[in-house]
Amino acid sequence: MATKTGTFSGDAEIVSWRGDRGRQVDRCIAWFSIMGAAIVGLTVLAIANIAMAELADPAHLLEVAASPVVIGSILLTFLAGANAVLLLVLFGTPLAYVLARSRPSRLKGIVESIVDLPLILPHTVAGLLVYLLFMRRGWLGAPLAEIGLAFEDAYPGTVVAMLFVASPFFINTMREGFEKVPVHLENVARTLGAGTFTTFRTVTLPLSLRHLYSGAIFAWGRAIGEFAGVVMIAYYPFIISTLIYYTFTTEGIRVSRSIAFVVILVSLAVFYLLRRMTRLMGRYDDRV
Amino acid sequence: MAVIEAHNIRKSYGDLEVLHDVDISVREGEILGLIGPSGSGKSTLLRILDLIEPPSGGELSVFGIDVVAERDRWLDLRRRMGMLFQRPIVFNASVYDNVAMGLRYRGASGGDIDRRVQEALEAVGLSRYIRSRAADLSGGEQQRVALSRVLVTDPEILFLDEPTANLDPTSTATIERIVADLNREAKTTVLISTHDLAQGQRLAHRIGVMIEGTVAQTGSPHAIFHEPRSQKIARFVGVQNIIPGRVVSREGGLTTVAVKERRLVSTTPPPGEEVLAVIRGEDISLHRREPGYEEAENLFPARVAAIEPMAPFVNVTVDCGCDLAALVTARRAEALELAEGMQVWVSLQAKAVHLIPREG
Repeated sequence: MATKTGTFSGDAEIVSWRGDRGRQVDRCIAWFSIMGAAIVGLTVLAIANIAMAELADPAHLLEVAASPVVIGSILLTFLAGANAVLLLVLFGTPLAYVLARSRPSRLKGIVESIVDLPLILPHTVAGLLVYLLFMRRGWLGAPLAEIGLAFEDAYPGTVVAMLFVASPFFINTMREGFEKVPVHLENVARTLGAGTFTTFRTVTLPLSLRHLYSGAIFAWGRAIGEFAGVVMIAYYPFIISTLIYYTFTTEGIRVSRSIAFVVILVSLAVFYLLRRMTRLMGRYDDRV
Repeated sequence: MAVIEAHNIRKSYGDLEVLHDVDISVREGEILGLIGPSGSGKSTLLRILDLIEPPSGGELSVFGIDVVAERDRWLDLRRRMGMLFQRPIVFNASVYDNVAMGLRYRGASGGDIDRRVQEALEAVGLSRYIRSRAADLSGGEQQRVALSRVLVTDPEILFLDEPTANLDPTSTATIERIVADLNREAKTTVLISTHDLAQGQRLAHRIGVMIEGTVAQTGSPHAIFHEPRSQKIARFVGVQNIIPGRVVSREGGLTTVAVKERRLVSTTPPPGEEVLAVIRGEDISLHRREPGYEEAENLFPARVAAIEPMAPFVNVTVDCGCDLAALVTARRAEALELAEGMQVWVSLQAKAVHLIPREG
């Protein structure tokens, strides 16, 4: 961090984080930091609150953390989320590319609104939409049931619900990435004899890997956090949020709090690791 | 034979019309220069001719193939052409990988790629950088990498979109030399857009002038620079004197035009009654006293109104009933001992006075 105060313009100074303490700190930035601390503080307080209670009884915490139901549920949630993200990458990437490269038009505006719809809808509405479409008598549920793919209270149901609510996160991030790849780079590849798909595969996609990665993480995070969207079509198998809700209503606050604490720890660790890995992507991503 | 034949090409992006009524034909083995102000549609036209973008309308044939009808042959046709862009664009990889791109897209074998990349880099004088990261090179070197990346694919038509606009004079000269050699030895057809008028004249066999989205005139460099067809073209090609006048008479192959109180004779047949006399400043000669022998048809005394140094020339405005801007070398201006208000004699050949109809 800046220990020497550099001057950008006039006498405005860069906030120094270390050293020079007590010297001029920009008042605006100071206030911004105080206001920001309120938000971060809220999260920290909530976690500290639960941590104090849980760490007071480590035996119980360990017992819950080691129970096969909890471990199985966490794994199932992460897996179903990853599955949904995989489908999103496969089908959402082409859509993101088309949206990034097409000129504004009425049709495009409509498609964009449809893509964003899951962001605006109450999660229960999203859950209902998915349920009605994929239930045994639903438009898609019925024909798929005939070929043996059941969605109600089944793993595929969890995946489609997650897919639905997470899709805007992936598509919009991926699209931003594609928009940042200058069209003239694609033109260079095309003048060198690459077809449209080859250009996409050898130029555009490699330069957007970082966005693909962070879009996938966003979508995954959104997917594994879903409750209302999933619970309507697939109450079973228990994903983590359903399990917590279930134990909260049946066994009470003590068990559900322990599960929640385990989930917090695991999620923090996993997302921290995933974020760290973004650094490795930098090398492939340098713009021309 | 024409390798590219374009007729009535139109291109719009939404409501914005970028090209209209473009007619142009490119002959096999020639260097055709496209000049025109920024935003006149040069780059868009090149992209259309190189089949990167479809035109919104019009007829276009490349290598004798109607490309509007046969969209599925674009990739094959594009592989017979190459394009160099204005900004040096290299991908973040080694110089070798950059140059190999086109060959890899064509599915060439590893050994073949090695040999041809080596040759192509030697041709632009960069073979010592073959293992370097392309992004570490200077702008001029990057553009040479980009050029060798195009040349390695042996294009039959080479498009150059203001290839030296961002380069220093040395790099510019290198690229111009390579392109000229390529055209002479490999008979590659070259289409180069530039807003550098001198570059257009140096390189091109023929020049097309683009004004406001259309090709306003094509012809030899001499015709474009000395006999522009309209006022806008004349302005763009840097004609100093564009003076309104009225045709008075026509006899013996000479047209006499009244320009304010001065009469000028021109070899151009009158294009109408109201005309513009187009005279390049460097065609006007100044003398200290009346020349004893002068073959120029226009000869008259004048008064020096203004002197403006424009290295390596001096722009001298003389008043001879109408204002004329003459371009003389700095040395000549010194020899004439020019000073504002002094009397000089002006001589001007009739064929240096080009007449065009007055517009609007």
